[in-house]
Amino acid sequence: MTESDLRQHAEDVHEQFDDHIDVTVEEIHERLQTLVDEYRVPVDEARRSVTSTYLDEADIDREDLGGGGGSNDHVGVGEIDEPERWVDVTVTVVELWDPRSDSVGQVGLIGDETGTIKFTKWAKSDLAELSEGESYHLQNVVSDEYEGQYSVKLNSTTIIETVDEDIEVGDDSTTVEGALVDIQSGSGLIKRCPEEDCTRVLQNGRCSEHGEGEGEFDLRIKAVVDDGETAHEVIFDQEATEAVTGLTLGEAKEMAMDALDTEVVADEIRGDLLGQYYRVEGPTFGRYVLADDVELLDEPADAESVLIKARSM
Amino acid sequence: MSQAPTRETARRVFATEFNDATYTFKESDDERAPVYALLPTGERANRVFFVGTLTETEDVGDDGEYWRGRVVDPTGTFFVYAGQYQPDAAGFLREAEPPVYVAVVGKPRTFETDDGEVNVSVRPESITPVDAATRDRWVVETAEQTLDRVAAFDDEDAAVDEYVRMATEEYELPPENYRTETISALESLEEAAEASP
Repeated sequence: MTESDLRQHAEDVHEQFDDHIDVTVEEIHERLQTLVDEYRVPVDEARRSVTSTYLDEADIDREDLGGGGGSNDHVGVGEIDEPERWVDVTVTVVELWDPRSDSVGQVGLIGDETGTIKFTKWAKSDLAELSEGESYHLQNVVSDEYEGQYSVKLNSTTIIETVDEDIEVGDDSTTVEGALVDIQSGSGLIKRCPEEDCTRVLQNGRCSEHGEGEGEFDLRIKAVVDDGETAHEVIFDQEATEAVTGLTLGEAKEMAMDALDTEVVADEIRGDLLGQYYRVEGPTFGRYVLADDVELLDEPADAESVLIKARSM
Repeated sequence: MSQAPTRETARRVFATEFNDATYTFKESDDERAPVYALLPTGERANRVFFVGTLTETEDVGDDGEYWRGRVVDPTGTFFVYAGQYQPDAAGFLREAEPPVYVAVVGKPRTFETDDGEVNVSVRPESITPVDAATRDRWVVETAEQTLDRVAAFDDEDAAVDEYVRMATEEYELPPENYRTETISALESLEEAAEASP
């Protein structure tokens, strides 16, 4: 860490707070220096700490803070792979969702040719309304991460500009093809917490957040589709489960009722699906592929082309 | 992101090559570290997936039930053993009425016989009945992946691949053998296709 690096950090922080509070580069530099030189705090942590102090002083949220240090990178939304990064994007609004909280002004899905990403716009940021299907240049948005999923947040420093050209939205779904080699626990007929906005699966009749509850029945499969190179974890929701098993939620409930055991449903599914070949298409969520479209591969295999290859080696 | 260890891939290998994979090893000293069988074509296998004809089942246990199933592919026979710790698979073998096409997911296991020979078998995670089309698909897929391994073995850069190097050191089994087996496996499919109306 050189002296000039520290000064650069001080200048960046100063630039971020310039509009909010009366503080000089010198003062910021001094604070940073104390932490780094006297207390041996790593510079990133020191900057974070100093920033927090001024956030308190200015009574603003970290999210409302500009990126500082000049202009941001313009990135594709599919390239966003770390939280707390200030970027510019040019996107089309794919979908608007109903905000679940009063603090959220708008929430939904935006996309460009590299994929799609969730966005949140705070109510208090006082920004222009985005419309579905319209394309925008969004300057100074910040990335966030939750359970391996990235999103971007618009804030009071964000600049929204309408763009005339239509930004095409790329398909970020993947296709996996292979043998279904495992159906994991938590598959079949499950119960979910009935609390509003809570969809946790009950373990022994308990939700980890809301405690004991009646629970609502649901069908799902957590499976592994293996192509011999990679083992892909795939989740089938109720619709996909019904489609691939031919078993409806109602029938599954009846089966469980007759057997006095929900496990019979998972056993039935295991017998039907294990060892079969499938092609599964859908978006990825963390390490899972969410099955949107599932096809059983039962057409005759083409031995001839492989035979030609084998003979020519 | 999750720190959970990545799941071991189920390798596709014909019975002849699988039964030749007598050398096993671990990649760390940890007691719970996965055990790998070394395939003679230069790949490690902690899990396999195969489809074949279950031709025979027998309870070979002394005290409790211990079921052995013979699963035949175009090149040879897989030996599958299931006891009290594999209740679903043991139950399947008990009830099965051979011959029937089955898909097996399982772990390679080796044991040394009294005369010092090493036998390779499978401890099943699951056994399920499937149809002929699935069996044929597996044969073609396994042929492709075997050929890929044979090609990688013969590649000039192969000296840098640690499992190819290991296979060269541990076995005297030329991968050409498995290419020949692969060709006859594919030919058996072609003949069956021509024979059917």
